[in-house]
Amino acid sequence: MAGATTLNWAAAAHADTAARFETRDATRETPLVKWLVLGLSLTFFAVFLLLPLVAVFVEALRKGWETYWTALAHEDALSAVKLTLTAAIIAVPLNLVFGVCAAWAIAKFEFRGKHFLITLIDLPFSVSPVIAGLVYVLIFGAQGWLGPWLAAHEIKILFAVPGIVLATVFVTFPFVARELIPLMQAQGREEEEAAIVLGANGWQTFWYVTLPNIKWGLLYGVILCNARAMGEFGAVSVVSGHIRGQTNTLPLHVEILYNEYQFAAAFAVASLLAMLALVTLGIKTWVEHRAAHASRDETPPEALQDAAS
Amino acid sequence: MAATRTFRVLPGFHLTLGYTLAYLSLIVLLPLAAVFLKTASLSLAEFWAVVSAPRVVATYKLSFGMSLAAAAINAVFGLMLAWSLVRYTFPGKRLIDALVDLPFALPTAVAGIALTALYAKNGWLGQYLEPLGIQVAFKPQGVLVALVFIGLPFVVRTVQPILEDLDTELEEAAASLGAQRWQIFRHVILPVLLPALLTGFALAFARAVGEYGSVIFIAGNIPMVSEITPLMIITKLEQYDYSGATAIAVVMLLLSFTLLLAINGLQAWTAKRTGRDR
Repeated sequence: MAGATTLNWAAAAHADTAARFETRDATRETPLVKWLVLGLSLTFFAVFLLLPLVAVFVEALRKGWETYWTALAHEDALSAVKLTLTAAIIAVPLNLVFGVCAAWAIAKFEFRGKHFLITLIDLPFSVSPVIAGLVYVLIFGAQGWLGPWLAAHEIKILFAVPGIVLATVFVTFPFVARELIPLMQAQGREEEEAAIVLGANGWQTFWYVTLPNIKWGLLYGVILCNARAMGEFGAVSVVSGHIRGQTNTLPLHVEILYNEYQFAAAFAVASLLAMLALVTLGIKTWVEHRAAHASRDETPPEALQDAAS
Repeated sequence: MAATRTFRVLPGFHLTLGYTLAYLSLIVLLPLAAVFLKTASLSLAEFWAVVSAPRVVATYKLSFGMSLAAAAINAVFGLMLAWSLVRYTFPGKRLIDALVDLPFALPTAVAGIALTALYAKNGWLGQYLEPLGIQVAFKPQGVLVALVFIGLPFVVRTVQPILEDLDTELEEAAASLGAQRWQIFRHVILPVLLPALLTGFALAFARAVGEYGSVIFIAGNIPMVSEITPLMIITKLEQYDYSGATAIAVVMLLLSFTLLLAINGLQAWTAKRTGRDR
């Protein structure tokens, strides 16, 4: 499912294009049509995206700050924070290393079946999170393939931390790779080849030549990967077993509080996750801004003139 | 093979490709293969009995119907929102542009309880909709609202870059030849946008069919009325009916793979139509 979340370098390079359209008769609508389109789309945005976000914070503080802090300081909430951080700290670096390896192999070399490989890497995005959890139940569950063996050796994967980490790794699998592959393909391999010819070894080439070129794309992939890792619900819900204080991540803790009708507490914990989402979007916007500047600086002057005319 | 083999200057091909394939197989391919192998333990008749049970068929109808409706709503409003963001200047535009991605960043469970709070009988919106006879929360309509929420950025973010790249010359030429604004949109702009719009629609649909977290809170989950297909898998798992859960998962996976192929085709078409690199 590539395309929707990837950093759009070309578009980011000329950020505000509205003036280009608004100043010409041929490319603008009558004021009536303009205000109608603008009004409808902004109302839709406000009702479907903005209102739910505002609701989280208002509902969280409905019973006052004291209830809010009590909900966050509860030991079950704290252990949920710890487990969520643990899952992300393991899953994100694993998928980061994979993403860099996959992008290096795919972008810097030619081989058969490349397009098929890219499709396979995108696969976890088109699989329902519930199925992502189910696959690990089938493998590690009591009736699963490895279940009896694991039970005999007293290794717990399902309904324990390793299962939650595995499910998180699965759902966040493509984030870094799909960000880096198109970026590194666009950059080609001349710079790296020059470095090798000049005597650098492979690691030096990656560290001093490739990494500075891909740092914004890398950061972009990592923050999206992290947001999903901390917020995943469906897949983790299947493998967690919902043991309070032990196998509950933050989103699962929200669900438990909500189902117990502790609405203010549920929204208090949810507000933590909403703040995480806002921070993610903030960093994402900042990265896009930096990436636009970086690519604008590298654009040759004649191309800029083309864009301006 | 030997004739096409070129000398590789850069190191690490075998290492990185080997690691990629091993990691991909271990994390994604083998576990997914487990689903298909587990289904093989069912006979064809048993498989069919599970996937065509009336309660399960009701979930397909709800999941597919509402996902299609949500993707269609998002195609219309997503196009308008992308259009506004690209073509008009208005206060708060950059903030709104950034917030469009909220459904990607906000955990689905948080979205689920927030939407439920809004549309419940005494909620912010529910209290005004109820007297009008419109019930949303704990009804099939609730599923639609949740799916609209999570699908919107897919349409906006696929259409927006194509709109930004559109040449003003095309519209100017059409206008100088006497075309009305609506005719220009219908016959000049829309054909260029169509592949991207369809891609956004398909992405939103694919995401909506598998969505779980944001839907279960607002849906009410009444059997035969407001149960979605992913919830059916969870229900079977909770009854320790692993083969049943797996059979339904296979149906969903086959649909997902079909959609993935369709989306790949649409993206190739977008690239061809607009001359953009994918």
